[in-house]
Amino acid sequence: MAIKKFAVAAYDDEEVLFPAVKKVRSSGYKIHDVYTPFAVHGLDEAMGLKGTDLHIAGFIYGLCGTSTAVGFISWIYTSDWPLNYGGKPHFALPAWIPITFELTVLFAAVGMTLTFCYLNQIMPGVKKHIFHPRQSDDMFVMAIELNKHTSEQEVMAFLKTTGAKEVNIQTAEAGWWYGRWDKKEPYEALNLG
Amino acid sequence: MNDRFEIPARLKNTSLFLIAVGVLALVGGIACLLMGHNSTDVDKSRFWAVLLHDSVFFTLMAAACIFIQAASNLAQASWLVAYRRVPEAIGANVWVFGTIAAVIMFIIVFCYRDSHGIDAIYPWVTPGNDKVLLGKSAFLNKGMFVGFTVVTIGLWSFFGRKFRAMSIAQESAPKNDTKIYWKVFRLSGLFLLVYALSQMSTIPWMWVMSIQAHWYSTMFSWYSFASVFVSAFSLILLWVVYLKNQGNLQLVSKEHIHDLGKFMFAFSIFWTYLWFAQYMLIWYSNQPDETFYFKMRQQGPYTIIFYANFIINFCMPLLILMARPSKRNYFTITFMAMVIIFGHWLDFFQMIMPGPLGAEWHINWYEIGIFMGFAGIMIFTVSRTLTKSSLIPANNIMLKEAVVHLS
Repeated sequence: MAIKKFAVAAYDDEEVLFPAVKKVRSSGYKIHDVYTPFAVHGLDEAMGLKGTDLHIAGFIYGLCGTSTAVGFISWIYTSDWPLNYGGKPHFALPAWIPITFELTVLFAAVGMTLTFCYLNQIMPGVKKHIFHPRQSDDMFVMAIELNKHTSEQEVMAFLKTTGAKEVNIQTAEAGWWYGRWDKKEPYEALNLG
Repeated sequence: MNDRFEIPARLKNTSLFLIAVGVLALVGGIACLLMGHNSTDVDKSRFWAVLLHDSVFFTLMAAACIFIQAASNLAQASWLVAYRRVPEAIGANVWVFGTIAAVIMFIIVFCYRDSHGIDAIYPWVTPGNDKVLLGKSAFLNKGMFVGFTVVTIGLWSFFGRKFRAMSIAQESAPKNDTKIYWKVFRLSGLFLLVYALSQMSTIPWMWVMSIQAHWYSTMFSWYSFASVFVSAFSLILLWVVYLKNQGNLQLVSKEHIHDLGKFMFAFSIFWTYLWFAQYMLIWYSNQPDETFYFKMRQQGPYTIIFYANFIINFCMPLLILMARPSKRNYFTITFMAMVIIFGHWLDFFQMIMPGPLGAEWHINWYEIGIFMGFAGIMIFTVSRTLTKSSLIPANNIMLKEAVVHLS
């Protein structure tokens, strides 16, 4: 991940946030993310986020579960340790279906949960930069990624016109990292200076 | 907004053509029986079994549409309201299919005997000194059969027409009046009781399972219910898509189609669950008096239908309907609805045919023709019913919620 410069605007109402998001996008700025205290319906479309492909991953995990179960059980009962259960054939597929089903569900569920965490960059023991302490309380916070050509003054003035209550510039890690919430990272001091 | 449906000439001609094909097949069947010098017992059984198969399948499918209304009324579900005239119209015509089915079944029970004087379709009618059949005669006898059939078809016909009549009465009721709404709500609860005691328990035992009266399965009614339930959703979807193509039902959006697709997908899986649960328990316990049923179907003359049934009703919906875009695409969803109806028709075929026909089953001009005839009756009666009222259930207190529905 990389340390980047962000312009951060905090709004106190989602009714202000929606037009602001649209304005920022149409002005050509790159929205890093928008943080809201609750799920705001339609915000993903306003931000231009694409639908998730998580379910395709889920299908693949499910297939892995099915083949693991069928492969493993059939290997055990037909070649590794064949046993005679009440005269049933060694390759007794109907009896294996419940376990195959369970393993399919287990693989899909666990795999999708982990993929979901990866996509959203959340996991126990990892940290992400918090742009505004009230973003999970009562403020709607939009972070815009800046490059070295962007004029900070211009962005801040522009964000003010969209109705932001607070605007500032922060230098922060864009992604996630291993870390503890009770310890400050060295670069986090940058914002204090 | 175009809320009245007028039957297009093409639909009417199609339905009349299908009915004509059905009548032709029926006449052909009778002619073959009367004029064929060597028409055997199996030929006669085939004639009646095919009629029984199609009439029972269409009756149960139409009755499942009443169940869908009642269940969604009780759940106070709004997503169905935007096109609820369609299940209402199908449910209001249960009496047509029910009457045909009852007539055919009564002929089989009372008149039809093969050259040995035995009822080849319902063997319990002529038990002789078969101990198993005599032991079941407290339930499987002519009186019980007639009683259950008449009461069930009567109640289904009554509720099917009643729900539709009350839904139409709501249109002329005072605005935001909830009196009829709660009356329908209470009647829906009552109908679920009726349905639980008929379709979900006794009726499939009587009509279908007793064809092989030596065999029984306590899952059978649920399994056949799942079959007709998913077919009923497919049938509703076909009507909704057709009406939308005609410029009606403009309030129905892709969201509603998507939800119907979800039900088709989910209940195909539910059907498979019951199908497999019934199969696996019998496979596992391996009792000769139970396994002969599957021996014939899986490893006998019906092998191809047995596996086709599984592939069409499970693998195809699973793989094709799983993805979101395919449930929102009119072509895929319509195609799958037809596939599912055909698949469950096949499912009923393999429930009914092995008993009377044994190895000599056919899917030929007679089977296809009778199926087309019943499809024609379905199109003809339902389209006539649809014209008789507005397609939008105006004044229904759920309508607004139904229109803004997101799947």
